Amino acid sequence: MLRILADRLLQSLLVLFALSFLIYAMIGLMPGDPIDVMVAADPDITPADAARMKAAFGLDRPILERYAAWLVAALQGDLGFSRLYSQPVVDVVLPRLGATAVLLGVSLTLSLLIAIPIGVLAAARPHSGLDYGVNLFCFAGVSAPPFWLALLAIILFSVTLGWLPASGQAPADAGILTQIRHAILPVGVLTLSSVGGYIRFMRGAMLETMRRDYIRTARAKGADMRRVLFNHALRNALLPLITIVALSFGTLFSGALITETMFSWLGMGKTIYDAILGNDFNLALVGLLLASAMTLAGNILADICYAGLDPRVDYGKGDRA
Amino acid sequence: MAAASGVILVLLSLLALAAPLAEAQLGVSGDAADLFNRLAPPGGAHLLGTDEVGRDVFVRLLYGGQVSLAVGLSTAVLTGLIGAVIGLIAGYFGGAIDTVLMRITDAIISLPLLPLLIVLAAIDLTKLGLSAEAAASSEAGMIRIVAIIALVGWTTVARLVRAETLSLRRRDFVRAARAQGSTPLRIIAVHILPNVSGPLVVATTLSVGNVILFESVLSFLGLGIQPPTPTWGAMLTNAQEVIWDTPALALWPGLMIFVTVIAFNFLGDGLQDALDPQARE
Repeated sequence: MLRILADRLLQSLLVLFALSFLIYAMIGLMPGDPIDVMVAADPDITPADAARMKAAFGLDRPILERYAAWLVAALQGDLGFSRLYSQPVVDVVLPRLGATAVLLGVSLTLSLLIAIPIGVLAAARPHSGLDYGVNLFCFAGVSAPPFWLALLAIILFSVTLGWLPASGQAPADAGILTQIRHAILPVGVLTLSSVGGYIRFMRGAMLETMRRDYIRTARAKGADMRRVLFNHALRNALLPLITIVALSFGTLFSGALITETMFSWLGMGKTIYDAILGNDFNLALVGLLLASAMTLAGNILADICYAGLDPRVDYGKGDRA
Repeated sequence: MAAASGVILVLLSLLALAAPLAEAQLGVSGDAADLFNRLAPPGGAHLLGTDEVGRDVFVRLLYGGQVSLAVGLSTAVLTGLIGAVIGLIAGYFGGAIDTVLMRITDAIISLPLLPLLIVLAAIDLTKLGLSAEAAASSEAGMIRIVAIIALVGWTTVARLVRAETLSLRRRDFVRAARAQGSTPLRIIAVHILPNVSGPLVVATTLSVGNVILFESVLSFLGLGIQPPTPTWGAMLTNAQEVIWDTPALALWPGLMIFVTVIAFNFLGDGLQDALDPQARE
C-alpha cells in the first residue's frame, strides 16, 4: 500500500512537472510579454528601453533557459509577482484556493447526497416512470450549458424575484445567513450541472450489483427489499462511485471556473480566467498548476479511500481489476 | 427518444443551412446593425426580436447553428480518429506502449480541462509563425477551436477502443490472422477496426454534445470563434450585458445549445442500446 502510494505520488509529481513546462511554454505563446504590457501602459518607454529591459529580465533568451530559471526560483518558494493584484502570487492564490474549495466541497457533498438515494431508487424500479423521469433529468442536467443555467438562475432569482444576490461572496464580516444566501446560486448551478452524471453512474452501478449472486441469495432468504438495497447492494455499488468522483474533479473544477466567473465568486477558477485575459503570466501559471495539483491530489485521495473501504483491494499484489 | 432526437437534429441542420434563405424571405439581417431598432420585441419580420445593435435574433440563431454544428461534428470526427488510433495501438500492442499511452490518457482525463483550453485559445498564432492576416481570419479561429478541443477530447474514445481491442486481440480470428503472417497493421485495419466500429460510433456521437458545450463556453468567455461570426455562446455574452432590460435574449441561444446537445446525447445513448444490447444495464 505505501509503495503504491509512493508510486502514485511520484507519478503525479511527474505529471505536474511535465505540465509546468507545457503551461510555461503555452503562456509564452500568449500575446505579448510582461515588457510589452509595461510599454503599452507607459508611453515614456522607448523601443530601445524595452529591448534593454527584455535583455535584463532574460526575456530574449530561449524558452528552456527561461523555464529552468523559473523552476529554480519556484522550487525555492519564489512564485513571482502578480501584475493584476500587485501582490506576491502566493498571497493572491491562497485565499482564493479556499473559496474554491468551499464551493467545490459543498457542491460535491450536495451532489452525492442527492445522487446516491436517487440512483438507488431509480435502480430499484428500472424502467418505471420514476426511472424515466430521473433519466430525463440527468440528460437535461449534463446537456445544459452551465453558464446558461447561471444566467437563467440570475434572471429568475435575482432579476425577476429579487430573492438572492447575483454576485460574489458576502463580505467576510457578514453573518452566516448572508454568506449562505450568497452561496446558494453558485453552489446550486454547479450542483445542477454535475449531479446528473453521478445519478446515472449510481443507477448503473446499483443495477450491476443487483444482478450478483449474493443479492439473489439475500432475497431468497427473505430479506426485505429495503434491506437488500441499502445494506447489501449500496455498499458494493458505492465503491466504483469513488473512482468516478475522483475522475470528475477536473470536470468539477472546469464547472467551478464557469460558475465563479458568472457569479463573480473570487475563487481559483475566476482568478485563472482573469489572469489569462489580463496578461498576468505569473498568476496564470501558478493558478493552472495549483488547479491541476488539486485534481491530482483528489485522485490519490480517492485511491486511498478505495483501498481503505474495499477489503478485496490488495495493492501489494499484482494488477488491479 | 433517439429517433426523435435524430429528426430534431436533421431539422436543426436544415434550418441552419437555410439561414440565408430565411434572411432573404423575412427581409431582415443577421449582421447589419440597425441602431434605430435595438432590442426590439418579437413581432413582424423579427420573429424573435432584435439584439443590442438591432440585428435579427432568429437569423443569428440559425447562423450560430451552422457554426456549432460544423465545429461539433468536425471536432467529434477528429476526436474519434485520434482516439481510435491511440486506443487501437494501446490495445493491440499492449505492454509498455499501452502503459505509457494509458497513463497519458488518465492524466488528461483527471486535469481541469477548461482552464487549459482557455490558455490554448489565448495563444497568439503569429508567435507560431502564422502571418497576422491568416491568424485573424475566421477560418483560423474555427480551425483553432476544432484543434484544441480535439487535442484534449480524444480520451474517452481511446479508453473505449482500447478495452474493445484488448478483448478482440485474444479472439480466435485474430490469432488465426496472426498465424497466417498478417502484419499488425493489416490485422488492426481488417480484423479489429470493423469490430470496434460500433462503440467508436457511439462514443463519437456522444462527444459531439460535449464539444458543442466546450465551444459555446469558450465563445461565451470571448475566447472562441470571434465576432462578427455569430455563435450561440457569444450571443449569450451580449445578452448578459442587457440582462436587466431584456432577459428574453438570454433564453434563445442557450435553449438552442441545450436542445442540440441533449439531442446528440439521446442519439448516442440510443445507438448504444441498438448496437450493443448486452451493454444495456
